Amino acid sequence: MKTLLAVAGAVAALFLTIAMFGTAGWTHPPLVSSQNGFRGTAMGQVENREAAAEVKAANVAPAPADPVDTGGERAGQTYQNVQVLQNISTEQFNRLMVSITEWVSPEQGCAYCHNVENMADDSMYQKHVARRMLQMTQHINADWKGNHVGGAGVTCYTCHRGNPVPQNIWFTDPGPSAMSGFRPRNNGQNIAAKSVGLSSLPYDTFTEYLADKAIDNNAIRVNATTALPTAPGKPIQQAEKTFGLMIHMSQGLGVNCTYCHNTRAIADWSESTPRRTTAWHGIRMVRDINGNFMEPLTSTFPPHRLGVLGDVAKVNCTTCHNGVNKPLNGANVIDAYPELASNTAAPAAPAPAAPAAPTPATPPAAPQ
Amino acid sequence: MAMLSFERKYRVRGGTLIGGDLFDFWVGPFYVGFFGVTTIFFSVLGTALIIYGAALGPTWNIWQINIAPPDLKYGLALAPLKEGGLWQIITFCAIGAFVSWALREVEICRKLGMGYHVPVAFGVAIFAYVALVVIRPFLMGAWGHGFPYGILSHLDWVSNTGYQYLHFHYNPAHMLGVTFFFTTTLALALHGSLILSSTNPGKGEVVKTPEHEDTFFRDSIGYSIGTLGIHRLGLFLALSAGFWSAVCIIISGPFWTQGWPEWWGWWLNLPVWR
Ligand code: HEC
Ligand code: HEC
Ligand code: HEC
Ligand code: HEC
Repeated sequence: MKTLLAVAGAVAALFLTIAMFGTAGWTHPPLVSSQNGFRGTAMGQVENREAAAEVKAANVAPAPADPVDTGGERAGQTYQNVQVLQNISTEQFNRLMVSITEWVSPEQGCAYCHNVENMADDSMYQKHVARRMLQMTQHINADWKGNHVGGAGVTCYTCHRGNPVPQNIWFTDPGPSAMSGFRPRNNGQNIAAKSVGLSSLPYDTFTEYLADKAIDNNAIRVNATTALPTAPGKPIQQAEKTFGLMIHMSQGLGVNCTYCHNTRAIADWSESTPRRTTAWHGIRMVRDINGNFMEPLTSTFPPHRLGVLGDVAKVNCTTCHNGVNKPLNGANVIDAYPELASNTAAPAAPAPAAPAAPTPATPPAAPQ
Repeated sequence: MAMLSFERKYRVRGGTLIGGDLFDFWVGPFYVGFFGVTTIFFSVLGTALIIYGAALGPTWNIWQINIAPPDLKYGLALAPLKEGGLWQIITFCAIGAFVSWALREVEICRKLGMGYHVPVAFGVAIFAYVALVVIRPFLMGAWGHGFPYGILSHLDWVSNTGYQYLHFHYNPAHMLGVTFFFTTTLALALHGSLILSSTNPGKGEVVKTPEHEDTFFRDSIGYSIGTLGIHRLGLFLALSAGFWSAVCIIISGPFWTQGWPEWWGWWLNLPVWR
């Protein structure tokens, strides 16, 4: 009995030491939890009460600027080089300039995008990017309203939060440099990358699933759709990539898998929550943003803004959601800025095809 | 059941914890005792309520019968019978039956003047159950966090609860629990095969002694834990398995709300390679 206790004590002591002194992130009751499914299915979110309040406080939308006269001379007439916002009043235009300064470059001011000697001058890359961002924001609010952003909408602040470069962006991750010494073949995994929540799952799932706007709609799907195999299934590594992406989506929204899935039948839409449908469209929206707006800007950005492989900064779920299921706690940010709510000028790039949306309740059969 | 004539003399009166010699008798081979009566009471009532719950439900399919805990909105209060109240009473009966059984074992130990190792070991299993349906729900503030009673439904609960922490295999206590479960089977297989090997020698050979058993392991791995030691080890491994499973679920939620892979941040942040 003595040895038994000694060994038990030693193991407990070792574990507790590691647990208590070596690690961060532990929490404690009281918790807040929500229920997403029938009682007893364990579908729900669990958070520490204080931590939940902190997250909420960190995602407050800024108060909109005071409304101004929408009549009077059009901005396109007042100014020389207005290409996107021609048809709003000059006062509205100036109000928006003040607001985007607050949203994007509060410290640097107007000079972040403008040659202040001549506001019409287009020499700064920031202004080029910002003009495209205006169109992108309009496109998101107009064309993704029904399927994703809803009435809440997005403004520059949703992504930028007072920073010229949004905090949550991503580049293609080539993995550890393998040019010298032993050349590890890591199959693109086992790095404990942040993008997959420090798990060993493949670390560059974004490039495959969120950058390519022309990707096969079934790329993420890995579950068999028949009880018995009728053809070779997808390799296990494909499932791990899907898992990696799902970890990102969960963390980007500050939720767990049961927010969207009933994990007894992960692939089954009829057992999933309605949020999974919104998420499905979200994935397509992110591909649209990255493929049609960010990538064409690659040559506009200076080299120091690009990733190690020379690719442009791109958007993922965290860029807007920032750890909450509804960006900025679900605040309606768009009603105060109707000029950003609809497309006012034809986007310079070819308009993205409307999402070929299968109603997720009857999703397209995965090609076997 | 035929009773062996000499069995009677092993039956020792007294040693009860409660009720004096009121229930101090045997039915066939079984000792009854006060806690035998309470065991029967709770298990019959609990089982009857499970059958009642099944009758209320949509199916008699044994795999699909499901008696679910209340909605979270009831918190730690009592819920209406058909909306989880049944689950609450069945949970009470289950704990009553398990604890009664353990105390009946204690009484038998006292009669025989033995140590309490068996009831203590069973107590660890009870602790694991109580951890799931009482301790963790209590810490999380609602009975609704308990697992449902049903063959498939409780597995669905396990799946979803695991995915609430994104990847449960990264839970350190789960790792310990799993490791102890597998090590228990390894130790049991080694021990069982060793004993059988020395009691089943080849034709014409005599049955071998514990000295042979010890020598086998000394020859093969340089050390034998010994005849008593292997049982201590076995009990330690088995109880640790149950204990760490209880720990792994108690910490998931009340003390850790993120994905479990992130717990390992401390490892990545060790000054050696950070
Ligand atoms: C984040 C970048 C950005 C910031 C910061 C910014 N602007 Fe602009 N500004 C633009 C863009 C883009 C246009 C062109 C809009 C279009 O083409 O529809 C523009 C156009 C203008 C014009 C019209 C110039 C012309 O004659 O064509 C004026 C005036 C102006 N901005 C004023 C301001 C003022 C004042 C501030 C500071 C309060 C400011 N801007 C801050 C991006 C910015
Ligand atoms: C969907 C998210 C999103 C929205 C909405 C958004 N942006 Fe951006 N913005 C980005 C990303 C991603 C970048 C690239 C980061 C970088 O600069 O490398 C970027 C870059 C920029 C830059 C260049 C910064 C630099 O120094 O490189 C400017 C200027 C800018 N955005 C202005 C705006 C304005 C103005 C709006 C609102 C009309 C807006 N953005 C809305 C995501 C967004
Ligand atoms: C925000 C909602 C959301 C969350 C949270 C989420 N998923 Fe998903 N999941 C989806 C959507 C949407 C799809 C379908 C994607 C598609 O078809 O392009 C999907 C697909 C999957 C698939 C492939 C299903 C198939 O058809 O083969 C798996 C596996 C999966 N998710 C696992 C997970 C896991 C594990 C987690 C938690 C780490 C998780 N998901 C969290 C929305 C979500
Ligand atoms: C351009 C910004 C933006 C991006 C990028 C984005 N979302 Fe959203 N998302 C929103 C907005 C805005 C809402 C609507 C919130 C509301 O209704 O209040 C929303 C709502 C949702 C909802 C529904 C929330 C609820 O509780 O009803 C889900 C699920 C979701 N997004 C998933 C995703 C996923 C998954 C991704 C990444 C693949 C993603 N989103 C990327 C802006 C974004």
